[in-house]
Amino acid sequence: MEYFLELFFGGLTRGSIYALIALGYTMVYGIIQLINFAHGEIYMIGAFVALIVAGVCTIYGLSGVSILILAGIIAVIYASAYGYTLEKIAYRPLRGAPRLSPLISAIGMSIFLQNYVLLAQTSDFLPFPRLIPDFAFMEPVAHIIGSPELVILVTTFITMILLTLLIKKTRVGKAMRATQQDMNMARLVGINVDRIISLTFVIGSALAAIGGVLVASYIGQVNFYIGFLAGVKAFTAAVLGGIGSIPGAVLGGLVLGWAESFAAGYISSAYEDVFTFGLLVVILILRPAGILGKASKQKV
Amino acid sequence: MTDMLQNFKKSILVSIWFVFLTFPLMVVRVNTMNQVVVWRWTNLVWVAIASFVLSYLWRYMLARQQVRKKVADEGGETRSKTQLLLEDMSFRYKAMGIILLAALVFPLVFDTYQSTIMISALIYVVLGLGLNITVGLAGLLDLGYVAFFGVGAYSYALLNHHFDLGFWISLPIGGFLGCLFGVLLGFPILRLRGDYLAIVTLGFGMIFKVVMENWDSLSFGPSGIANIDKPGFFGMDLNLANSTIYIYYIMIGMVIFTILVTMRLRNSRIGRAWIAMREDEIACVAMGIDIARTKLSAYALGAFWAGMVGVLFASKTTFINPASFTFMESAIILSIVVLGGMGSILGVIIGAFFLILLPEYMRAFSEYRMLAFGAAMVLMMIFRPQGIISNLRQTYEYKGSKEKINND
Amino acid sequence: MTENKHKLLEVKGLTMDFGGLRAVDSVTLEVYEGDIAALIGPNGAGKTTFFNCITGIYNPTKGDILLHPKGLKTRRLNGLKPNKVTEMGLARTFQNIRLFPDMTVLENVMIGRHCRTDSGIFRAIVRGRGVREEEQQIIESSYQLLEKVGLASFANEFSKNLPYGAQRRLEIARAMATEPFLLLLDEPAAGMNPQETTDLEQLICKISAEGEMAILLIEHDMKLVMNISNSIYVMEYGKKIAEGAPQEIKDNPKVVEAYLGEETDA
Repeated sequence: MEYFLELFFGGLTRGSIYALIALGYTMVYGIIQLINFAHGEIYMIGAFVALIVAGVCTIYGLSGVSILILAGIIAVIYASAYGYTLEKIAYRPLRGAPRLSPLISAIGMSIFLQNYVLLAQTSDFLPFPRLIPDFAFMEPVAHIIGSPELVILVTTFITMILLTLLIKKTRVGKAMRATQQDMNMARLVGINVDRIISLTFVIGSALAAIGGVLVASYIGQVNFYIGFLAGVKAFTAAVLGGIGSIPGAVLGGLVLGWAESFAAGYISSAYEDVFTFGLLVVILILRPAGILGKASKQKV
Repeated sequence: MTDMLQNFKKSILVSIWFVFLTFPLMVVRVNTMNQVVVWRWTNLVWVAIASFVLSYLWRYMLARQQVRKKVADEGGETRSKTQLLLEDMSFRYKAMGIILLAALVFPLVFDTYQSTIMISALIYVVLGLGLNITVGLAGLLDLGYVAFFGVGAYSYALLNHHFDLGFWISLPIGGFLGCLFGVLLGFPILRLRGDYLAIVTLGFGMIFKVVMENWDSLSFGPSGIANIDKPGFFGMDLNLANSTIYIYYIMIGMVIFTILVTMRLRNSRIGRAWIAMREDEIACVAMGIDIARTKLSAYALGAFWAGMVGVLFASKTTFINPASFTFMESAIILSIVVLGGMGSILGVIIGAFFLILLPEYMRAFSEYRMLAFGAAMVLMMIFRPQGIISNLRQTYEYKGSKEKINND
Repeated sequence: MTENKHKLLEVKGLTMDFGGLRAVDSVTLEVYEGDIAALIGPNGAGKTTFFNCITGIYNPTKGDILLHPKGLKTRRLNGLKPNKVTEMGLARTFQNIRLFPDMTVLENVMIGRHCRTDSGIFRAIVRGRGVREEEQQIIESSYQLLEKVGLASFANEFSKNLPYGAQRRLEIARAMATEPFLLLLDEPAAGMNPQETTDLEQLICKISAEGEMAILLIEHDMKLVMNISNSIYVMEYGKKIAEGAPQEIKDNPKVVEAYLGEETDA
């Protein structure tokens, strides 16, 4: 039973991270029907910036949770900046173009950003300081769920709530929903569609950065390549839940997290990745719209 | 004057933005072992200057594009002189003749190392031409193409390892197996379109690599398979230098074979069906074309080349492991097709040479190869989405003469 | 007088439901050999959906679609894939023109010949004499069709560069290339000026007179419909509300009511 709980919380933690990253994919796809291949790299950049900030802080004498928060905030700022720039340079010029063009551009940006970080920093796996303290009150359940997991879960939960409030209760959120449903109409009623799209990218990138910081301090290391794998998995989660649907991304993330955790725990950890990709393929073949998505009919 | 001032201000702002953006990654380097922070201020200067200059270039290119669009809308001539030259058939034949000649004497003039590089380039040419059928002609986005390449390579490696089968026997087997996998993979995804198709094929590609890495009893896992036989020369084994030359000529043969077959296919009934399917699937099916069959044949044909050249790859490197068959490879091959110009054979060849040979010959910049690669993909899509060689008009000369006869 | 004419297409009680929405409600329709039949009705009546049902894009919920090619076995078209339907002898054009933009005008028509020819991959690669002859034939017959619709001079142009009216004619030529028994035209005159419309009328009459194909067209241009059709069906809200010769339809009160508020310049 304990093992089950351990896997359960492990999967929940994993799933939360996937959900955070998946939200970026799903929001962008929902609004401009583009698979932002470079999103994983934004996540990675978030983690890297956090690493650098944490490193500088540690060396200059700061310590403790303040580093984590500082690193997190700066990482979010930078990731958002990268997301914004990414959209402006690589996607906006291609907004009327046939679907293949922005897709290739996205792949190109993904490759570019990976190598940019690789060259600017290093190809090594860099150690990330474990910034999340061990809470005393977690001691009794430490074998099932540790402090880092708790922090991740709480952070993710709060972030989701904030995001939901933003989308549902604010004017900006309404504008985002409108643009997603009908971009031309939104433009006609006076919504600055360009800005809304930029905002979508910024929010998605911020979420990914939060995920990046949490994961980096949880796992303890970063590398220029982590974006790709996390990206594909998060994308799987987004598709699983129904791409374009925000609750879908969260649901997909959790389902994927649990599926991976239980599969690795009860079957075998070696084939974990096969399982993920297999799941992706099966979902796309059987139900491309995902769990919460709607299949769209093409007008003839 | 104010215009210039405006542009200047804009570029300054852009420059400042990029300095800010790249600051943590380009300027700061944290050395946790020695607990030092390295501040690379020169990088900051480089970024500032480069982004300032590039923003001017960017604006200029965009403006030029606008002008081009206007001219095109008004029906004017938008093709550049180089393009018109490339379209001229007699020029192309002469160019191809020269290239062929140069290709044939290459290994005799240059050393083994150069030949090996050339062989790599030629392998990518065949891969590009193969994917060109699936993506360029039929419009089926395949991001997992490298899996078929791997199927060919592994099939030869395993056949050679377990049954001692030679290169020449394995060559068609590799092609056939590639074909088979193409059909198997194509079958379940017939109904998918666009983005979904891309992601599923990506998934397939990743599954192949991960399975090869983990199914040790089949593929020997991450350590791969070694001591694969090189192609035998009438039963003899050649030394490294000669066998490289041998493989080089085999590749030339394969490339020529691929080009001929691809050209024949493109100008045939099935080729037109592929192109029609790419343009408008619904209209295509309404005109009586069996979409399922057409798609499967595109996958199968494309995969065939990958499988076949995979065999050669294995024999050239004599050692294969799953690390050679990553998504990055698929992305590179896809770029070759898209940047060369979808459906254009000459474009794919130029693209392959450019992408593979340029970094090889510019050793100083080889670190930046992938960086330039990614940037090139983005820039091409923005400024020249139709590729190096854009779509040529398929003229039917015989129709002209027939017309004369009919009018008499 | 339709008693002696051969019944080519017989649609009985065709019904098409999309979830809870009944787009086509028990429509019965017949097209005879040599007919120029028209399907008219206000926007949203279900005409294009009807076309989509009989051409295989949708699988009808209820009803029968029967094709009676002269001298051949009757064929039931329900549930067949669109390419099979075309093979059987039903070809169509689209409401929003669907050409192949990056292929030339001639090539667009050549595509229509696909289902009437059969060189496969292997033969294409070998390219023996049989294949070359077949290719030549495809080119010739396509070119002749272009001449018939008056587009021969554009043969080597990209179809996307053609003016609008010419594009519509190209679509017709392409559909004709499949050698259909019945040609379905979905709003062929949409967006055309009066001169182009007159030219289209002449073209359709010519096709009907020369070829052995019947024509069923969806149209909003009443003048054209009244001028050239010999049999009219009227749909409204998915149901058939009237059928008959043009004169009968013009005076039919139900038809007038359905179009109330719209201009009938018949």
